[in-house]
Amino acid sequence: MTQISETKQKVKFYQTGTLTAGNRLLEEGHRSVQATVDRSNSLDCGHRACQGCGEALGARFAIDAAMRATNNQLIAANATGCLEVFTTPYPETAWSIPWIHSLFGNAPAVASGIAAAMKAKGRDDVRVIAQGGDGGTTDIGFGCLSGMFDRNDDVLYICYNNEAYMNTGVQRSSATPGAARTATTMPVGPEPGNDFATGKSVPLIAMAHQIPYVATASVHDLHDLEHKVSKAMSFHGARYIEISVPCPLGWGSKPGDTIKIARLAVQTGMFPLFEAENGDVTGVTKIRQHQPVGEYLKLQRRFAHVFKKENEDQLQALQAIADRNIKRFNLLPSGGEEE
Amino acid sequence: MSIDPIIQSKPFAITLDVGTSLLNKTGTWRNERPVYLDRLPPCNHTCPAGENIQAWLGFAEEGDYEAAWRQIMEDNPLPATMGRVCYHTCEGACNRAGIDEAVGINSVERFLGDQALMHGWRIDAGSPTGKKVMIVGAGPAGLSAAYHLRRLGHEVTVFDANPQAGGMIRYGIPKYRMPREKLRAEVARIEAMGVKIELNTKIEDISTTRKEGQFDAVFMCIGAQLSRSAEIESDGKIPIHDAAVVLRDSELDNPNQLHGHVVIYGGGNTAMDVARTSIRMGAISTTVVVLEAQEDMPAHSFERDEAIEEGATLKYLHSIKRVNGRTVTLEKMKVSENRWPKPTGEFDSIEADVIVQAIGQDVDTAILQNTPAVNLKDGITQINEAMCTGEDGIFAGGDMVPSQRTVTSAIGHGKKAARNINAYLRGEEWVAPDKHEVVTPDMLNTWYYSDAPRTVRPMLDVVRRKTGFAEVVGDLDVDNAVFEARRCMSCGNCFECDNCYGVCPDNAITKLGPGNRFKFKYDYCKGCSICATECPCGAIKMVPEDI
Repeated sequence: MTQISETKQKVKFYQTGTLTAGNRLLEEGHRSVQATVDRSNSLDCGHRACQGCGEALGARFAIDAAMRATNNQLIAANATGCLEVFTTPYPETAWSIPWIHSLFGNAPAVASGIAAAMKAKGRDDVRVIAQGGDGGTTDIGFGCLSGMFDRNDDVLYICYNNEAYMNTGVQRSSATPGAARTATTMPVGPEPGNDFATGKSVPLIAMAHQIPYVATASVHDLHDLEHKVSKAMSFHGARYIEISVPCPLGWGSKPGDTIKIARLAVQTGMFPLFEAENGDVTGVTKIRQHQPVGEYLKLQRRFAHVFKKENEDQLQALQAIADRNIKRFNLLPSGGEEE
Repeated sequence: MSIDPIIQSKPFAITLDVGTSLLNKTGTWRNERPVYLDRLPPCNHTCPAGENIQAWLGFAEEGDYEAAWRQIMEDNPLPATMGRVCYHTCEGACNRAGIDEAVGINSVERFLGDQALMHGWRIDAGSPTGKKVMIVGAGPAGLSAAYHLRRLGHEVTVFDANPQAGGMIRYGIPKYRMPREKLRAEVARIEAMGVKIELNTKIEDISTTRKEGQFDAVFMCIGAQLSRSAEIESDGKIPIHDAAVVLRDSELDNPNQLHGHVVIYGGGNTAMDVARTSIRMGAISTTVVVLEAQEDMPAHSFERDEAIEEGATLKYLHSIKRVNGRTVTLEKMKVSENRWPKPTGEFDSIEADVIVQAIGQDVDTAILQNTPAVNLKDGITQINEAMCTGEDGIFAGGDMVPSQRTVTSAIGHGKKAARNINAYLRGEEWVAPDKHEVVTPDMLNTWYYSDAPRTVRPMLDVVRRKTGFAEVVGDLDVDNAVFEARRCMSCGNCFECDNCYGVCPDNAITKLGPGNRFKFKYDYCKGCSICATECPCGAIKMVPEDI
């Protein structure tokens, strides 16, 4: 496996390098799309997401990068969910791109249809994205998504994963982690919160479809995220990116901690960052400052009970999941940190 | 009651026309707002010369060395000198120390100072005011005051009893720490601004010279050059010298008295300077008798370590009791409860050919004989907030007033005195601007700074150091100076990394372009505070809204 570093500096030393959105010491090409004055702001001001919404941030990061990569020739289909509700309450829209919403479960199918229509019209310059939350992706839209992968339709599907149904009041989804409190997995009884050994990893399932490109990304690592979206747009066929987007409301965290929590999810190993082509992992983003999972969990009320003495095994089980990810994807830097 | 026709024409609960969400001013949700601010970096806060270190490192980061140098020159006229002799309290306060190592501020200052000398960069005098200022003492305080007053347009004459300008920089700091050509060049740059320096001129009485020269104001900074001496019982067979005299003689190339077994009495930086000088003069052995314990001695640890590396032996917790022939009897001390050394009654002895006392210096106050309003306390000149003595128009600074007695604090005194003298000459009062809040490590988000070790200035090989007066600490070059500068975290001052602009979930920040920073769109900012949390340098603060 090689490290993802194409857009990262090879260095020379530039104060903050590519860790910040921009950097006046670096050439323009090494700064992120988000650092530019003329970014498209595909998801603009005035949307009704909560304070500190990770999904709103992830969506602007991803769609702005895709707009840059496609010369602004982009259409998006959206599943039902927070992202759809907070951006388009009638009669407003916060989207500054062509955007369509149909049903909760059919966004991949709608996008497949748009892609087919564009092909029929000979518009090979127009690219198609489908997007949704984890509920619309891992549960309700999963059949349509698998079909889209199976047919290798020319669509990039982006899942903003906040690990539960936030829009309807924080119910468990198949992306909710073990021990997490949701409205349907209350922290009561001998095994409080969500069950362990349930749920699924859609990135790994997507890889099993042998589609051209699969990646995971985080709102904390902007350069990495933009790199993966741009790379995805360089492929044709079915592609899948899953972005970790903390939800202050559902996770019980401070709105200002959204990026900090996303960073800790990656640095603890709870959310591994990797990319895969045609079913094989081709790159991982190494952990820069490894931390125990407690650092990540303690900022979230949904995990408050795992710090009680009687639930020590839950904390250990979560640490074991992180350790397994680190081992499985080889996330620790070998031979010192990248400069 | 009439119903608004616009609302009436819309479906139930709908108040807006079909269109963009920009009509929805989400700023009304907010209960605290982010504001941009400039906080005070700890380096600037602690600098006795009041340098804006963060700002000049900012220019150096971009490779604009001249702009960086001009920023230093706003406060300190001798960067090539201070880049060598300053004890850099800034580095001790640097927040970067919590990540890896403090930024090598002193070495970058030295690099910039040398660049200026190499390229011949100059500073202009201010437009003439017709006022005349007399300065007594061409040491760091006097040179600094002269420079700043000249920039403000006043005519300045500096008097000094020595044959060369520089004061203790020249006559108290050995050549291996301060090469003379650098000092000479920096003094010449001040003279080129029109400052007159009258050397070999000892002022006997301030009031008389002031009247004769028709000076509108006076700045006194004659230093503290009288060595204190301890009562040592001696049969007079071997000489006992004063440190200040020994160092001064070594500068004047007088036949030097440091030979054979040299014993130095004192634990301060001057004692270390004498020890290191004696090693270079070829002493057989150099022993420093220190009254205090190692952790309590006043010398800086790096000065002590360098002296030991070069071969000096330090005897902590000892006092010199008496001298018989070549035998020096030492009494062992012990640390008392208040850390003060106490005699134990146990004795020890060493051999010596010469003893040098380096236990402190006093001010020669004869100059003040006809200025009764100047207030002295324990031989130290007392001054008010404006650095004025009791006498109208007579200001004082440097080692002769209560101070840390370092070159850097003298530079700061010169600047402060110049501001106050300028105000005095204009019939005004200098009011210092309010200080911003000091940046503590918890205000930073250090995740964003790349990992990098400090570029340590190359040290001359120890052997080479001992045999000559070549400069001990070497130079940074163009590449590693910029590297070192870029280790600065710009504590509390926006350096335009675009992070706030990037991480706002509500697109509520406008980027104004290079040098113009950013602006919040308060119409849309929901007050989530991600920008403040993710600002690397702590330049955003959340302030409660009036609700």
